Amino acid sequence: MSDMTCKLLIIGAGPGGYVCGIRAGQLGIDTIIVDEQKPGGTCLNVGCIPSKALIHAAEEFHKLSHFNGSSPLGITAASPQIDLSATIDWKNGIVARLNAGVAGLLKKSGVRLIAGKATFQDGKTVKVTTGDTSVQIRAEQVVIATGSAPVELPFLPFGGKVIGSSEALSLRSVPERLCVVGGGYIGLEIGTAFAKLGARVTVVEAAERILPQYDSALTRPVLKALQALGIEVMLSTKAKGLGDKGLLVETAEAGEREIAADKVLVTVGRRPRSDSANIASLGLATDGPFLRVDDRCRTSMQGVFAVGDVTGEPMLAHRAMAQGEMVAEIIAGHKRSWDKRCIPAVCFTDPEIVTCGLSPDEAKAQGGAVTTGQFPFAANGRAMTMEAEDGFVRVVARKEDGLILGLQAVGRGVSELSAAFSIAIEMGARIDDIGAVIHAHPTQSEGLQEACLAALGHALHI
Amino acid sequence: MGIFTITLPDIGEGIAEAELTEWNVAIGDEVQDEDVLGTVMTDKAAVEIPSTVAGKVVWLCGEPGDVIAIGAKFIQIEVEGEGNDAAAADAPAPKAEADKVEDKAEKPAAAPAPEKPAPKSDAKPDAKAGAKAQPASPSQAARPAAAHRPLAAGEKPLASPAVRRRAQEAGIDLRRVGGSGPAGRILHEDLDAYIEHGPPTARQSGRMPALGTRDVKVVGMRRRIAEKMALSKSRIPHITIVEEVDVTAVEELRGQLNAAHAASRGKLTLLPFVMRAIVMAVREQPEMNALYDDEGGVVRQYDGVHIGIATQTPAGLTVPVARHTEARSVWDCAAEVVRLAEAAREGKASREELSGSTITITSLGPLGAIATTPIINHPEVAIVGINKMAVRPLWDGKEFQPRKVMNISCSFDHRVIDGWDAAVFVQKLKSLLETPALMFVED
Repeated sequence: MSDMTCKLLIIGAGPGGYVCGIRAGQLGIDTIIVDEQKPGGTCLNVGCIPSKALIHAAEEFHKLSHFNGSSPLGITAASPQIDLSATIDWKNGIVARLNAGVAGLLKKSGVRLIAGKATFQDGKTVKVTTGDTSVQIRAEQVVIATGSAPVELPFLPFGGKVIGSSEALSLRSVPERLCVVGGGYIGLEIGTAFAKLGARVTVVEAAERILPQYDSALTRPVLKALQALGIEVMLSTKAKGLGDKGLLVETAEAGEREIAADKVLVTVGRRPRSDSANIASLGLATDGPFLRVDDRCRTSMQGVFAVGDVTGEPMLAHRAMAQGEMVAEIIAGHKRSWDKRCIPAVCFTDPEIVTCGLSPDEAKAQGGAVTTGQFPFAANGRAMTMEAEDGFVRVVARKEDGLILGLQAVGRGVSELSAAFSIAIEMGARIDDIGAVIHAHPTQSEGLQEACLAALGHALHI
Repeated sequence: MGIFTITLPDIGEGIAEAELTEWNVAIGDEVQDEDVLGTVMTDKAAVEIPSTVAGKVVWLCGEPGDVIAIGAKFIQIEVEGEGNDAAAADAPAPKAEADKVEDKAEKPAAAPAPEKPAPKSDAKPDAKAGAKAQPASPSQAARPAAAHRPLAAGEKPLASPAVRRRAQEAGIDLRRVGGSGPAGRILHEDLDAYIEHGPPTARQSGRMPALGTRDVKVVGMRRRIAEKMALSKSRIPHITIVEEVDVTAVEELRGQLNAAHAASRGKLTLLPFVMRAIVMAVREQPEMNALYDDEGGVVRQYDGVHIGIATQTPAGLTVPVARHTEARSVWDCAAEVVRLAEAAREGKASREELSGSTITITSLGPLGAIATTPIINHPEVAIVGINKMAVRPLWDGKEFQPRKVMNISCSFDHRVIDGWDAAVFVQKLKSLLETPALMFVED
């Protein structure tokens, strides 16, 4: 076994790890990054990017099947077909390009990327095994960025009919009947895509409503759209296991029944990979299943940092990236600590949901009076021209001085509003700031300005 | 118009580089021939760099604290006629300058904070959000603290990401900084004011924990001192001997001499007597009046006794040198010490006056303490520290007598001075100072 040394060793080349690596390289830190998979992590290989590719393809296909003579736009298209295998090849091409892109960025920054399985020997020594060979790497500082994995249900183990999100994003044909267990954003994004591709989709959710982390005003347009797509949404329903024809479920009213399914997609959450790479041997302090970190992403062991999903919610790529960047700068000797005011979150259902900062309830729970303003897309010209009138923009502000505490929107394509939302909150904008900013017409972003004006009591277009 | 480049001249002492400590001009300034452009510091002294032409400054080589190589471009001046730098003339503002200007802009104290726009919009934002409104935006005099909204526990101070980063880097806790922006947002100007003037005064009663830290750049003279001290302490194994000296007799002599001659010859302090004692003592032990070149493996003993006098100046510790004290009377020594100390305090001491000592005296005067552990002025081998004089009871064999007593704390380079010799030297100083007649009759 050969030996290597470096100043910084990063375990995991997902968004948290590779951004940490690039920034460390820029800062002249001798860095090695290790990952079993191609660089990019869950996000790039089996998460954000593949799902967005599939969602886009499904959307394009659905538009055509929508043009069946009944479109108010006057467009008719005849019997569109989709070769999902070709779609998946296209998606894989994008992923491969991005894999190479990340590898190139790491190389450009002078970071050594090693493909292999990492195993901690001690807090500063890691054995990396690639095939039959292994190398021992000693580092002054270590960053754990091992990410997360889909949660498996003991009574619905992955395999056969039962698939996780990764497999769902690589299906070579559209299942005739797809049953989705879990009505969170991953299940709904993929479920929606397959419904648009022609599958008969059933969503089984144990809670009383879908997307439980959002308030019902935000989820209502999504639920409506799911139903319009013909997706059956079964709430307060528990999956019990596999039956002969599909999924056995138990509902409060009707008791047990079986839902016919060719594939059962289980998306009931993700668990941190804090048990991988022999991390457990380090005896790091934890918060539940997550590694506990402080506001500098330091674990309980000197010189061992952790970033990304393995450190807790929200498990989002952009949070991991910001953590990774910060940690690289801390290791380079800069004074940094986590001082973000908000982490935007997007749900790529149709319509999309974007949230940033506090919801009205969260703001009220913090004490102090709150004012909200809401602007419906039904009153937005651009939304009308895109047949996207469902949804709204909402602002939550401190009543005392109008400081914006939270921004939410639901509607087609509103994910792109996330930048405006997070900038407003990070810069400490008040509703009268945003109300006084010219927003280009005709765009959906006018909804942001109008929501702020509404909170001020003088929206112009409602 | 042409560009005239002035390079950092060879300022002697065989040095290769010097530290820039001050600019006397800024970009855009008009300078005349012989105007001082800036000051650089060598190991020994500050040296002013004069202009050799008249014109307008267009480029500076760096900022105070930067180390500049001898012969490197120091400053560029736009002059009438041709100048001496054809290449620079094509690009009168080299790239480096743009960077510097940016740097300056980021520096809080560099420029006065821009006048805040009158907060007109603030007064009438609207019924819902702004009616209860901010107090009228504070004027520059009444600092932004006026608008400081108390933060709830755990609430983050309101500031843009750039302000937050600047504060982190400056070690400032933003919870302490009053925000004058909308909703109490902390602006760059608020941070500038905080950095410049410190926390707002007249806060609520009660004491608050001090959370700030400040980085003080170690530059110029302080850096020289730091390097010199580290060099001495890391290379020289010091042995320090503290001895008690009964100075009653020498004090009596001093009093009489002053009574008789103060008007005509100037006042004597104890220091010239100590200098005299050192001259006498090193006559018997020339190894004490020496410089040790440890790399060359040579101790060079000097016949002349050049005594360095450690002197506190506003810029820090310097050691002006009284040369050839063996050839000076006590009054002459006294006058030389006064002259050197003044020159050093005013920063006017020449390089010659700040170098060339062969042994050093350090004294903290009335703060002199009971004992000190003086650090040898490398590459010398001995230093004599003078402690505070006090009247103490001394046993004369029959009874306690009130005597004027002063300790001396002397350090030696133990590599070349053995403990025995060091003790002999200290005893010699003691006996000379206790019996001052010896200092003059042996002559």
